[in-house]
Amino acid sequence: MTYTQLGVIAVVAAIAIDLLGMRTRLVTRRVFWVSYAIIVFFQLVPNGLLTGFSIGRYSDDAIIGGATPLDRPPAFIGDGRLAFAPIEDLLFGFALVLLTLTMWVWLGRRGVQRTPMSGPPMWSDGDDRTD
Amino acid sequence: MSRLAYVGVLAFVVTGSAWLEIVLRTRVLRRFVRLVLALIPGMVIFVAWDAYAIAQGHWTFDFDRVLGWQVVAGVPIDEVLFFVCVPFAAILTLEAVRAVRRWPVGDEDSS
Repeated sequence: MTYTQLGVIAVVAAIAIDLLGMRTRLVTRRVFWVSYAIIVFFQLVPNGLLTGFSIGRYSDDAIIGGATPLDRPPAFIGDGRLAFAPIEDLLFGFALVLLTLTMWVWLGRRGVQRTPMSGPPMWSDGDDRTD
Repeated sequence: MSRLAYVGVLAFVVTGSAWLEIVLRTRVLRRFVRLVLALIPGMVIFVAWDAYAIAQGHWTFDFDRVLGWQVVAGVPIDEVLFFVCVPFAAILTLEAVRAVRRWPVGDEDSS
């Protein structure tokens, strides 16, 4: 299978684990999508560095775009790439993040170090009495 | 020096997110057992995927820019650490958003 196919399978599998397997239903929660929006932005940086500096190289058989050139960085955007990295990295990254957060929440729900809960932020010391 | 290229990128990921633990009091490291258990499935699955992708020629690593140890089947130790650092940063982000917005995550008492 290609990276593209595996990426799609991984996303579907991660969503199935979240909704049906562990029933954490993160993909139905606002907190997940806001977190993911932050994560995906910052994922572009390491993925772009690793690909742009050719620490990892991709074969054109495996991805939508062309192979990483031998003598120069790949396209920054275009040719199936975003910030140098193949767009498949977004699928890979989404599946990795969703699976991890599903496990994290599931463990908490099962009582594995559910507490201490996060917060309040340093700056809101003292006015933490909203509930 | 360039052998530190990959781990340098990982250092960016960790330093870019670890401050949340202090400033937003995400308390992820305080829940270390839960953290380790949450990371294991992703590590196993994605390292296996990585080994398969390397075997199939989907991608290759520049072995002049990684530390040089292979863990399994051509997967550099740097790449294995990627599957520690990135998920750790993701959990910190989730807990940071919760710390600020107090939206339910699913592990609250009454969920």
